Amino acid sequence: MVEHRRFGNLLPHIVLLIGVAIVAFPVYLAVIGSTHNDVVISNGQMPLYPGSHGIETYWKTIVSGTGKTTREPVGSMLISSLIMAVGIAVGKIAISIISAYAVVFFSFPFRMTTFWIIFVTLMLPVEVRIFPTYKIASDLHLLDSYSGLILPLIASATATLLFRQFFMTIPKELVEASKMDGAGPIRFFFDTLLPLSMTNIAALFVILFIYGWNQYLWPLLITTRDDMQTIVIGIKKIIDVKDALTEWSVAMATAVLAMLPPVAVVVLMQRLFVKGLIETEK
Amino acid sequence: MANVALRNVRKAYPNGFEAIKGVEFEVEDGQFCVLVGPSGCGKSTLLRMVAGLETITGGDIDIGGRIVNQVEPADRDIAMVFQNYALYPHMSVYNNMAYGLRNRGMAKDAIETRVQEAARILELNALLDRKPGQLSGGQRQRVAMGRAIVRQPKVFLFDEPLSNLDAKLRIAMRVEIRKLQRRLNTTSIYVTHDQLEAMTLADVLVVMNGGRVEQIGNPLELYEKPATTFVATFIGAPPMNLMSLTDSDIRLPSGAADAGIVGVRPEDFHLSNGSLPEGGLAVELTVEAIERVGAETYIYGMRAQKTGATAISAKPGELPPGEVLVRIPGQSAPAIGARIRAVAARDKLHVFSADGRQRIAP
Repeated sequence: MVEHRRFGNLLPHIVLLIGVAIVAFPVYLAVIGSTHNDVVISNGQMPLYPGSHGIETYWKTIVSGTGKTTREPVGSMLISSLIMAVGIAVGKIAISIISAYAVVFFSFPFRMTTFWIIFVTLMLPVEVRIFPTYKIASDLHLLDSYSGLILPLIASATATLLFRQFFMTIPKELVEASKMDGAGPIRFFFDTLLPLSMTNIAALFVILFIYGWNQYLWPLLITTRDDMQTIVIGIKKIIDVKDALTEWSVAMATAVLAMLPPVAVVVLMQRLFVKGLIETEK
Repeated sequence: MANVALRNVRKAYPNGFEAIKGVEFEVEDGQFCVLVGPSGCGKSTLLRMVAGLETITGGDIDIGGRIVNQVEPADRDIAMVFQNYALYPHMSVYNNMAYGLRNRGMAKDAIETRVQEAARILELNALLDRKPGQLSGGQRQRVAMGRAIVRQPKVFLFDEPLSNLDAKLRIAMRVEIRKLQRRLNTTSIYVTHDQLEAMTLADVLVVMNGGRVEQIGNPLELYEKPATTFVATFIGAPPMNLMSLTDSDIRLPSGAADAGIVGVRPEDFHLSNGSLPEGGLAVELTVEAIERVGAETYIYGMRAQKTGATAISAKPGELPPGEVLVRIPGQSAPAIGARIRAVAARDKLHVFSADGRQRIAP
């Protein structure tokens, strides 16, 4: 369809630009806020241009933290968050690719039942099963540990479903050719299936990394130690100060820092991400 | 090098469907055997049973004197070329060919020698670093063949390997496959639904229908002496004309008692108003359509149906009841609507029993 309507094109652009502004303005504000000192922000007259305290604020945020609230520099929060997010993403991918492999390529009794049981867990996210999951984690002495942060979150019906759909598009002749070439199930998995799934894995990694990074409720419950705080919890704690001036510049800097890793992952993996969602290499 | 023998091979699925109903034939060492039949006749299933990709529920499959019913595909010493080639999309051409050898633990330089040799035979040397996605259909086909020959197996299995190619390439590859097979002298089993492919490639042609073998033999033998009406219409294009002997306008002078169907190939008719040769057959036709293809002309004629005439039911690809196809050389043909008389000599008649399952004469 070719259209040359000047005003017809203008309106959608205006709508889109407004949308971009609505999304981008708070982010811009956070970046600006992190460059002013707390007094300027707190008196309600924060300018919309960058201030001069940027480097100082970020240095303080990353290395020494706020002292009063989180008792932990944001740098170590970033590391905790990173371990959790990567752990969840990698764990989810590893588990779901194996379960999808079993469901698609092997015939065993109650195969479809198994698949549907996995599928039904879509309706049981952590928030729904939080008390029993907490009880189990506590009984297994997983509180205040990275295993406790990661393990209860790594079962993923969505990822299993995605891999299953992809595996079902792989021609069965490829499996048979592997059999003829003397590759057993494990060899087929590593030599053929895994390389073919690379774009899907990349796409899933992006989604799951962000999912893991944004976890709030579960880390809040399972960790109490300061050195295990994730950055998402850190932001909340920094803002939530009683009887004192909130360190807004640090809070803003933390928010900006919390945004950076997901952005980096998306930017770095964007091409693979799009490829993984729209096409399958065959 | 080995011969392949199938002894009363059967395949029944758990739901009770019998795909292969007792097949028995033998392929001699170095022979090229083609399984041909309409879709759903079980030819692919049979090939996959030889390959070890389908279980065998009855009988024995013997490759080189060893019964392989329970042997894994990789250990049967066979190589298979698939219809969609089934190349590993993420591996280079070289690795596609080398993969099976590596899995068998062959030394690296031995693999190199074999792959280079196969690449030379198939003219793939310039393409060894490419991925299958960067190759044309014909090149992919050659890589699939290369993957089979580097293994130096006892038996090659081909599952409709040319059906994804365009018509011109198909003919070229057909000749190439035949030359390659002659050169390597490896026993081969080839599945196709294309009777022309079957005729041109086969040393031994096995015509299958409904899970059974209809006829086994040399391609020309099958063409000249089809054992059943199924083979008669399947082998040869256009198909043989079949006419019921109960039709009042067709009579066999020296017909056998239980003869029911007479068949004449379109090319065995000629147009003549002269006297009928001894024991021959003549049919009166009204010309309905003419097809000129240059060297020859096809005449579709409708037989004058008399009362009580029973026609042999047409199957897909066959002529409708009452229609007779005549092939004459050259380009001159009668006009549409003209009345013609097509005559066939006695020795060109194929006589079958009424159910078409048995050849009676000659």
